[in-house]
Amino acid sequence: MESCNCIEPQWPADELLMKYQYISDFFIALAYFSIPLELIYFVKKSAVFPYRWVLVQFGAFIVLCGATHLINLWTFNMHSRTVAIVMTTAKVLTAVVSCATALMLVHIIPDLLSVKTRELFLKNKAAELDREMGLIRTQEETGRHVRMLTHEIRSTLDRHTILKTTLVELGRTLALEECALWMPTRTGLELQLSYTLRQQNPVGYTVPIQLPVINQVFSSNHAVKISPNCPVARLRPLAGKYMPGEVVAVRVPLLHLSNFQINDWPELSTKRYALMVLMLPSDSARQWHVHELELVEVVADQVAVALSHAAILEESMRARDLLMQQNIALDSARREAETAIRARNDFLAVMNHEMRTPMHAIIALSSLLQETELTPEQRLMVETILKSSNLLATLINDVLDLSRLEDGSLQLQIGTFNLHAVFREVLNLIKPIASVKKLLVALNLAPDLPEYAVGDEKRLMQTLLNVVGNAVKFTKEGNISITGFVAKSESLRDSRAPEFFPVPIENHFYLRVQVKDSGSGISPQDIPNLFTKFAQNQAIALRNSSGSGLGLAICKRFVNLMEGHIWIESEGLGKGCTAIFIVKLGIPEHSNDSNLSFIPKMPVHGQTNFPGLKVLVMDENGVSRSVTKGLLLHLGCDVMTVSSVEECFRVVSHEHQVVFMDVCVPGIDGYEVAVHIHDKFTRRHERPLIVALTGSTDNLTKDNCMRVGMDGVILKPVSLEKMRSVLSDLLEHRVLFESM
Amino acid sequence: MEVGQMQRRLLEYTKSLFMEGVLDNQFLQLQQLQDESNPDFVAEVVSLFFADSERLLNDLTRALDQPTIDFKMVDSHVHQLKGSSSSIGAERIKNACVAFRNFCEEQNIEGCMSCLQQVKQEYCLVKNKLETLFRMEQQIVAAGGSIPMMELSF
Repeated sequence: MESCNCIEPQWPADELLMKYQYISDFFIALAYFSIPLELIYFVKKSAVFPYRWVLVQFGAFIVLCGATHLINLWTFNMHSRTVAIVMTTAKVLTAVVSCATALMLVHIIPDLLSVKTRELFLKNKAAELDREMGLIRTQEETGRHVRMLTHEIRSTLDRHTILKTTLVELGRTLALEECALWMPTRTGLELQLSYTLRQQNPVGYTVPIQLPVINQVFSSNHAVKISPNCPVARLRPLAGKYMPGEVVAVRVPLLHLSNFQINDWPELSTKRYALMVLMLPSDSARQWHVHELELVEVVADQVAVALSHAAILEESMRARDLLMQQNIALDSARREAETAIRARNDFLAVMNHEMRTPMHAIIALSSLLQETELTPEQRLMVETILKSSNLLATLINDVLDLSRLEDGSLQLQIGTFNLHAVFREVLNLIKPIASVKKLLVALNLAPDLPEYAVGDEKRLMQTLLNVVGNAVKFTKEGNISITGFVAKSESLRDSRAPEFFPVPIENHFYLRVQVKDSGSGISPQDIPNLFTKFAQNQAIALRNSSGSGLGLAICKRFVNLMEGHIWIESEGLGKGCTAIFIVKLGIPEHSNDSNLSFIPKMPVHGQTNFPGLKVLVMDENGVSRSVTKGLLLHLGCDVMTVSSVEECFRVVSHEHQVVFMDVCVPGIDGYEVAVHIHDKFTRRHERPLIVALTGSTDNLTKDNCMRVGMDGVILKPVSLEKMRSVLSDLLEHRVLFESM
Repeated sequence: MEVGQMQRRLLEYTKSLFMEGVLDNQFLQLQQLQDESNPDFVAEVVSLFFADSERLLNDLTRALDQPTIDFKMVDSHVHQLKGSSSSIGAERIKNACVAFRNFCEEQNIEGCMSCLQQVKQEYCLVKNKLETLFRMEQQIVAAGGSIPMMELSF
């Protein structure tokens, strides 16, 4: 045996098996060598493959395996040692690499697996996002539709256009088969088909409002799916083959102007709703999606708002038209009124003059007639004529005054006058009437009432006389009280004269006069008419037909001219009434006051005619002596009194201008005094005038007085007026014999 | 009570006196004579009248008590009283005096006595009434009001 380094195979060569092994090894090697080629090819193809290092390793492993198997081919036969060594090296390397690879794969395979799960996850996510995208897109689309619809609806303020547009746009957006609007009738008991999309002429088709399906829709503000067979949805005649599409109904609130409170969104308890019905196309198998329902609800709300705006606008247009009409009417009424006033004024001006001339003629001639010889009947007739014509003249004057007052052409004649004298004058004027009716008239002037004032004396007196005259006229019994005082500012603002705003000014004062009577009174509802021209209280008219009803109206005008206010209060019929007026008067300048101060201090109530007249009074009776003295003092005389004849003899002197003696005392012969005086004062101009005061009314006394040379006889009791007139007559004529 | 009410009461009271005939226009004349220079004129005259009348009434009573009545004196007293009462306006007293004087002329003692009684009664009445009137006036003045001036002609 040669010692060759050949290695003998382990087992004897079995030819067939060997052959198979040989072929298999070959193919294995081939496959092993091709695998990395494929790998490289595909990896190059793909863009991403993170595991290059693994690939290299795996490639190495495969190549070495292939190499091993290839080399194995040589070991089937006798082979040299070199081959054996190469074989061994290859195997060793293969082993190392394959172990390394195996180890590496442990790390790599979970990673590869997780890639797969991640891929799955991402796919799911992508699907979800897609879905959401789809949703958003649909919403976006819905929003766009709504905006567009709203824009369409709001672009008009006409009711019909709004509703029609709604239906049209909804139909278009949602691809509806039919869309209808049912409005409540005026009675509110039925719904009437008002608008439809496709059918051009909706017949006046009504359904009662109390159907359960309608109630169901009205009770919720969502769009509600309803059955296609219910009356509101059956708008078209159903042919048998139609599978009707789904129907949805929604309520549309009808808001009125009155529903909008300031801070309050209208409660939807208004209860007036219209019904909008939407039908999907039949046979389309379409369903109502949620977003479509939402769209419908939103549109319904928008329609409600748009309708209310339209209603508001209609309302305001109507109001404006109404106002314009009223304006025109008022304007023409005003022009008519002005024309009427002008015409009346012209008429009055002309007629007045024309009426007065004949009136004056009648009055003048009747007066003249009165002076002539007339039979009693004739006299009566003439007197009646005179009275009536005087009345008529007064009426004409009143009317003229009033029209002049209204024209504003009447002006007050301002001057300084004695305020107290005005009151006294009025009192004197009504005294006769009051005495006939046995009425007590009391005058009360406040101490702080100025004696002199600046104003229109004549008109003030006229007003006062009218008011007091009314009081006397309408009082059958009782008393009348006239009060005059300066009104203070708090009493000026009277609750009964709310429109009177007096302003206290320098140099002026407000005179307030109240005339209260206890007469027939006036019922409260007649009071506003009192100052209206020609409006007469029924009761007054019956009782006293001599009034023309103008008096108080004229007073009111005068008082207003004097920047004052006049009103009447009465508690009712039979309870008397009080007439009150306030007028503004001026306070005379200081120069007047200083003038007054030079005049010796005068008594307030009287005017003295006889300042400093020296008088002697002889009267035994103490009381009547002091009364006579007071009387003469009041008249400003310088009075000396004596209580007996002797004293009289002693005291009488030429300084005394008048001697009053009481001759009704029996037993005392006052006549002696007269004789004595005559003797004492021989010269006529030195002798005092002698006047007898007597209570007896017989002619004997008078004759006696005349016999002894008395200059006058006066009957007691003597009133102030009488004394005054007596003295003035006496001093003027130096003789006085009063007719007894 | 406020001033206006008091004034009205005074008016009513005065009116009642006139209606009853207790006072007549002469009294109002006296009131008119009262003024700033003569502020208490009425009060003075009235008190003078009271004093005078009381004196006269006493004299009359005494005179009629005498066993023999001096009608002349009685007449003169009554005349005085009549004069005073008419000066002051006490109408009823004056009327009573007139009747009294008639009885005096007739020298009718019973008549005179009864008249005296009547005159006394009337005097008391007038005195009370006037005192009440003055009291009311004082109240008004104390409350700051003024006495209303009255006009009356019967």
